[in-house]
Amino acid sequence: MLSIKNLSVSIEGKQILKKLNLEVEKGEVHAIMGPNGTGKSTLASIIAGRDFFDIDEGEVFYKGQNLLEMDPEERAREGIFLGFQYPVEIPGVSMNNFLRTALNEQRKYHGLDPMSASDFIARMEEKKKMLDMQSNLTKRSVNEGFSGGEKKKNEIFQMAVLEPQLAILDETDSGLDIDALKIVANGVNKLRKPDNSTIVITHYQRLLDYIIPDVVHVLYDGRIVKTGGKELALELEEKGYEWLKEHAY
Amino acid sequence: MANDDKILEQVTNNEYKYGFYTDIETDKAPKGLNEDIIRMISQKKNEPEWMLEFRLDSYRKWLKMEEPEWAHIYHKPIEYQDIHYYAAPKKKKNPKGLDEVDPELLDTFNKLGISLEEQKRLTGVAVDAVMDSVSVKTTFQDTLQKHGIIFCSFSEAVQNHPELVRKHLGSVVPNNDNYFAALNSAVFTDGSFVYIPKGVRCPVELSTYFRINAANTGQFERTLIVGDEQSYVSYLEGCTAPMRDENQLHAAIVEIVALKDAEVKYSTVQNWYPGNENGEGGIYNFVTKRGLAKGHNSKISWTQVETGSAITWKYPSCVLLGDNSVGEFYSVAVTNNRQQADTGTKMIHIGKNTKSTIISKGISAGYSENSYRGLVKMTKNAHNSRNFSQCDSLLLGDKCGAHTWPYIKAQNTSSVVEHEATTSKISDDQLFYCNQRGIDTENAIGLIVNGYAKEVLNKLPMEFAVEAQKLLSISLEGSVG
Ligand SMILES: Nc1ncnc2c1ncn2[C@@H]1O[C@H](COP(=O)(O)OP(=O)(O)O)[C@@H](O)[C@H]1O
Ligand SMILES: [Mg+2]
Repeated sequence: MLSIKNLSVSIEGKQILKKLNLEVEKGEVHAIMGPNGTGKSTLASIIAGRDFFDIDEGEVFYKGQNLLEMDPEERAREGIFLGFQYPVEIPGVSMNNFLRTALNEQRKYHGLDPMSASDFIARMEEKKKMLDMQSNLTKRSVNEGFSGGEKKKNEIFQMAVLEPQLAILDETDSGLDIDALKIVANGVNKLRKPDNSTIVITHYQRLLDYIIPDVVHVLYDGRIVKTGGKELALELEEKGYEWLKEHAY
Repeated sequence: MANDDKILEQVTNNEYKYGFYTDIETDKAPKGLNEDIIRMISQKKNEPEWMLEFRLDSYRKWLKMEEPEWAHIYHKPIEYQDIHYYAAPKKKKNPKGLDEVDPELLDTFNKLGISLEEQKRLTGVAVDAVMDSVSVKTTFQDTLQKHGIIFCSFSEAVQNHPELVRKHLGSVVPNNDNYFAALNSAVFTDGSFVYIPKGVRCPVELSTYFRINAANTGQFERTLIVGDEQSYVSYLEGCTAPMRDENQLHAAIVEIVALKDAEVKYSTVQNWYPGNENGEGGIYNFVTKRGLAKGHNSKISWTQVETGSAITWKYPSCVLLGDNSVGEFYSVAVTNNRQQADTGTKMIHIGKNTKSTIISKGISAGYSENSYRGLVKMTKNAHNSRNFSQCDSLLLGDKCGAHTWPYIKAQNTSSVVEHEATTSKISDDQLFYCNQRGIDTENAIGLIVNGYAKEVLNKLPMEFAVEAQKLLSISLEGSVG
């Protein structure tokens, strides 16, 4: 599904990712953990196609395509979804309108007709029910005036509606109370399918009580310094990130 | 073609020496403005003496006036003597089918979602008998007649309803109101006239589209709308399709009179040629629009979507004379490339308990300049009156300008004036967020801009609103790259 080889990335001359390697197979859930400022969001942004980074070396392949040559919207239409760490507000644009546009752009790309209004409404209702979300969020403008928790839930909701093949959730669990955390985890678990993959970026092991990852990576100082099974998360929780320093160099 | 023009010019100039009026063959008056030209216009239109007097009086006042310089716009001096002030309605060579029409224009039509039938009409393609728009117009006119509604060209109104025209012409915009208004009053060629009788609710939207004998009235257009007591009308001017015109200077006047309990709603979509990327060409649009809410409880509402013209100078205003009368101004003005817009409104509160609302949304991109200029005046006797103004600016990029000049004059203490203003930008983060959901940058801008302007677009009649939404996106195409 996703194959990253020797990826080095810098911004304004400062190197952030250093010869990073990552392989995610179909159907897998990967967790990426690591302290603040180690490059987790940078990695997510690179996969999604943010353009203010310099890619110094390496390659990224997604479903066999050279991802680095694709526009961000094309990547999205090919099934990549990024749940942002800090979702931005778009005043005046209702969630309904936004998602309908997104969905129809995706359909157009795949040669399908736009979704009818009634099918769209049905899809929205279905996903709300699935995620146990209140319905009023979709009438409001995209993220405008949403609380931190609402923004995160809204990312999961968008993921559910757009049905991506590769979802990257960047600290979607941060700042959530336990109920919201369950909604997020529930969403990820329900969307877990043999054909889809998920990368869960998290700072805490807590989320991994609800989302059981197949693989856990530890990102430290721009490199993946350790990879293991779900027990790695517990070990990390116990010993703290300091413990990693010895692995880093 | 240019050669033909020259010959034509020579011929007309020659004939002019011998007395212009004998000439029927020419389709253009010689360049320049003087009393003879005005007499000629009036005579060509077979106008009554009072109409000619109105024109001449306007012209004499215009001569003593100076072009205003207070607007935040820049342009080369306008050569008023280098303009043809009269051209007979020309018979254009009509294309036989859409395949003969400029593909770029068709492309824009398609983006706007304008139907094939409509495209043919707009481009002047001959339509067959079944589709003939004339028959549509005729049934339309029948409906109006049943209600006693008058909707015709201004010239026809002068012929057929002289007493109504004479009574109201210049009653809202005096012929010395401003430089451009004086010019229009002297030389206007045609426009629309509407009269809604007492107690009649006009059952259809009146659109210039349905006006029979609509001559090419682009340059100096004159519109007069009179809503008699307890009447209602919604009037639509313009269309979303891009409009070209060989004349650079446009100076129109719209006057509205609303009598007791009457309501007049006036919606405009202005999409005149804005000039090219470098600001060459493009229409200079100097418009005076004013409504007089004359009777008690009357209401005048302006809604405008301004996307075209190189220069827009336009302040649709309301004079709230009747007690409890209401004035509204909803505006979206988009400027891109080198366009300049200085637009806004004046709300003059004279009657008691009068209310006005101003919602202005400016959107600037490229190297354009976009200004809101508005006056809210509470006169001495306008007790307990209220105004609410919201003026927002949205910037795309950092080379464009957005300015807000709200003027408030309060001459009584019981009235309340509220003014809010915001300036915002479309951020890279917003665009990337949209991109990440599969929406490309151009569509994202369209989405954001339409969301921003929603409050105003919602005021437009339904069919118009959908087209206007698309128009906003199209106007901003290529503004972020
Ligand atoms: N847009 C940016 N401009 C400058 N520095 C940045 C930018 N984005 C990230 N960085 C820097 O890159 C490093 C990694 O950041 P980030 O990927 O956000 O880390 P994490 O998500 O692991 O907390 C940090 O030192 C951060 O300051
Ligand atoms: Mg981060």
